[in-house]
Amino acid sequence: MSQPTQQEEFLAEHSHPRLPGASLEPDAKGLSQGQIVRKRFLGHSGAIVGLFIFAIIFLMAFTSVGWAGIPGWWKYNHLDVSPLVNDGVPTASLWPPAWGEHPFGQDRIGRDLFAMTMRGAQQSIIIMLLIGTIAGLLGTVIGGLSGYFRGWVEAVLMRITDVIIIIPVLLLAAVVAQSVNRRDQGGWFSGFAASNGILILGIFLGLVSWVGLARLMRGEFLTLREREFVDAARISGASNSRIIFKHILPNAIGVLIVNVTLTMSAAILLETALSYLGVGVKSPDTSLGLLISQNQEAFATRPWLFWFPGLFIVLICLSINFIGDGLRDAFDPRQKKFNAKKAKDVKPAAEARKISASAADGSAGD
Amino acid sequence: MVTYIVRRLITAALILLGASFLVYLLTASSGDPLEEFRASSAPNKQQLMDSRSQLLDLDTPAPLRYFKWLSGAARCLVPFGSSCDLGKNIAGQPITDALGFALVQTLTLVTGATILAILIGIALGIITALRQYSALDYGVTFMAFLFFSLPIFWVAVLLKEYGAIGFNDFLRNPEIPLPVALGIGAVAGLIVAVAVGGAARRRIVSGGIVFLAVSLILVYFSVVQWFRNPGLGPVVIAIAGVGLAFAVTLLVAGLKNRKALQASLIVVALGVVAYFAVQPLLNQATAVMIVLLGIATVGVGVAVGYLMGGYDRGQSMRAAGITSFLVGGLVLMDRFMQAWPSYFSNSRVRGRPIATIGAGTPNIQGDFWILTLDTFTHLILPTMALILVSLASYTRFTRSSMLEIMNMDYIRTARAKGLSERSVVMGHAFRNALIPIATIVAFDIGALIGGAVITETVFSVRGMGFLFLDGIMHTDPNPVMGVFVCVAVTAMVFNLIADLAYSALDPRVRIKA
Repeated sequence: MSQPTQQEEFLAEHSHPRLPGASLEPDAKGLSQGQIVRKRFLGHSGAIVGLFIFAIIFLMAFTSVGWAGIPGWWKYNHLDVSPLVNDGVPTASLWPPAWGEHPFGQDRIGRDLFAMTMRGAQQSIIIMLLIGTIAGLLGTVIGGLSGYFRGWVEAVLMRITDVIIIIPVLLLAAVVAQSVNRRDQGGWFSGFAASNGILILGIFLGLVSWVGLARLMRGEFLTLREREFVDAARISGASNSRIIFKHILPNAIGVLIVNVTLTMSAAILLETALSYLGVGVKSPDTSLGLLISQNQEAFATRPWLFWFPGLFIVLICLSINFIGDGLRDAFDPRQKKFNAKKAKDVKPAAEARKISASAADGSAGD
Repeated sequence: MVTYIVRRLITAALILLGASFLVYLLTASSGDPLEEFRASSAPNKQQLMDSRSQLLDLDTPAPLRYFKWLSGAARCLVPFGSSCDLGKNIAGQPITDALGFALVQTLTLVTGATILAILIGIALGIITALRQYSALDYGVTFMAFLFFSLPIFWVAVLLKEYGAIGFNDFLRNPEIPLPVALGIGAVAGLIVAVAVGGAARRRIVSGGIVFLAVSLILVYFSVVQWFRNPGLGPVVIAIAGVGLAFAVTLLVAGLKNRKALQASLIVVALGVVAYFAVQPLLNQATAVMIVLLGIATVGVGVAVGYLMGGYDRGQSMRAAGITSFLVGGLVLMDRFMQAWPSYFSNSRVRGRPIATIGAGTPNIQGDFWILTLDTFTHLILPTMALILVSLASYTRFTRSSMLEIMNMDYIRTARAKGLSERSVVMGHAFRNALIPIATIVAFDIGALIGGAVITETVFSVRGMGFLFLDGIMHTDPNPVMGVFVCVAVTAMVFNLIADLAYSALDPRVRIKA
């Protein structure tokens, strides 16, 4: 959109009183952008609940069965076979609250489902973080370079993006899965891949999921580089790297963080889907998607094998989505809590304080 | 404009060339197509390996094979030429045939789901935007996030278990115990009470009415075994038609436009008369006839609207046309319900109508109604799964787009002019909110062809996704390339259409040549 509409929006935002969530008084003291974002994020109950649930799952997944050789507090791991207790029915009960021998039950050959689910959740979280980090870094660098320098840099980078965006992820995952399988054929790569299947999968998926982010960041850089404060910095002799890191990146960080979160929630579903199709995490290692795929036939006889992994996928993904929503509300001034009906009621009262409010907004802006 | 389109098309062709080369190499290097023979102990092992090597031309290095493939594929560009050659798959079947079959399967699977998801998603998005920060808004937002986080294979297995197996068991003895009927009624009443909005009294009253109505209907259904012998009958069609007439007129023209309301009501009356008139005709129905009847129905509706006129003839025509289409749908639904008992007791179906896999019962015999019902019962579960997972993004997107528009100055101007809320929402806000939605809809339609790989796998539909996955699993580049080219071309064309549509719908956006 062209410049006038942006200005209109800017004026429209700033003429409205800052409503419910953010009260007027603290703003008047003049908060930094980071403080405002933190305050809005902490005021978003969905995001806080999401953060809390995710933290619990994260701690449980990594401490219970241990990670990277460090033993955990749970007595089984995902490979241990123990005698079936009560035909593998879950022993956990809500009332009276009890944990039991196998809280989530056992599978047909007696492996502990709690240990397997925790291991799967670990794998999913590792892959998610890898994808988020790699995609975020690559997306920012490529999008930022093409948006800032334009010209042939942009042309080359964006054509590469276009090519990668239409190559199906499924195919790449299958290629990775094949190279992991060929452990006997030597070569440092297949040897490394065979012992670190999760890392390879995460890195590869990260290498293909940056494209959407790159387009977004390019758009951000394109608009920001035309803004007055960038012109001012350039005229006062700032170098390109200073303009990028000091002036443009801090203003684009909101879009970046929000979209990295959304990429990560999509990554969880992508990983589980690929494992389900047999091209992601492979047995004997386990993942949430693989657990569901292995156990869907047994739904009639052992439904818990199906319920618990699915529940954890949904919980992880849901909490990440809520955190992302909270971040979006916190970073995006256009989606602030504005309610037409309440605005009508508050208007007369707000009219009196308008001058102080707009002054505060001015100081709190970028 | 033309320069812009030509430039976009040339870039797209170059991107396609580069990407297809990469895809070919990746597929070819993803595994060993002879693997299954290497481990086998068949006496003619060497012969089998040789014949497959010859079929897939394995002696030629993969990059060269790509160019061979390309020279065959390039002939597809010649219009009306029958020399289109996309190679053969590992079983020796030409890819062009396999693609044609898969395309039909995929389109029947995803078209209905996508259209429904778009309609429901946009409707929910608008309602939640108009009721921002109400209980309904929070509820729908939470559901949207939940659906967004659901892995589709998990949903699909749940649907199979409860939607198909559970419902089929229920149909064996379709009796709803009274507590269950009351429970379902209570849930429905609660949802309505939350959704209606307004004062507490109005919520309680409407919730109560819905609770009573749903419970009574369920008890009635249970008593007359409605689920075994469903049907609407002319009375229900008439009552539902009048309700639809009021609803459509309210949305399209506003109830103040009496002529539009009268036109819609006349159409409903005509529909009830036509219900009796077309029954013998419908008994020999074919797909073409249904489509023609549908067009005729809308035509009659529009004509009635035109004749009634009123102060805004366009509105009357629209209201009557939409009402007539919906009433036609009711009549069609009734006819399908009449065919239900014979489908139910069909020797191939054997009383378990909702299917969990495949795209049709093998070897089923019957008239148009039976065959179509068979397709429906196979489509219903995958469609539900697809709707559930794709609904969320449309809802959220429409909601935010609508909220942004509702805060615009021209909406305030429209309100200040004294326009009714209906024309502010439908005429000023909704139309502008649709602009960004139009682009994502175009993207999604472009992506339709790719099929839903996971949904097709779970429900064993042999569509495009299946073809693609199968090709990957067997390290067979030709089907993979066939699917890839189809998907990529449609996606690129629809991206272009989306960009053009955006600038056509929003004149502020100019396309730079």
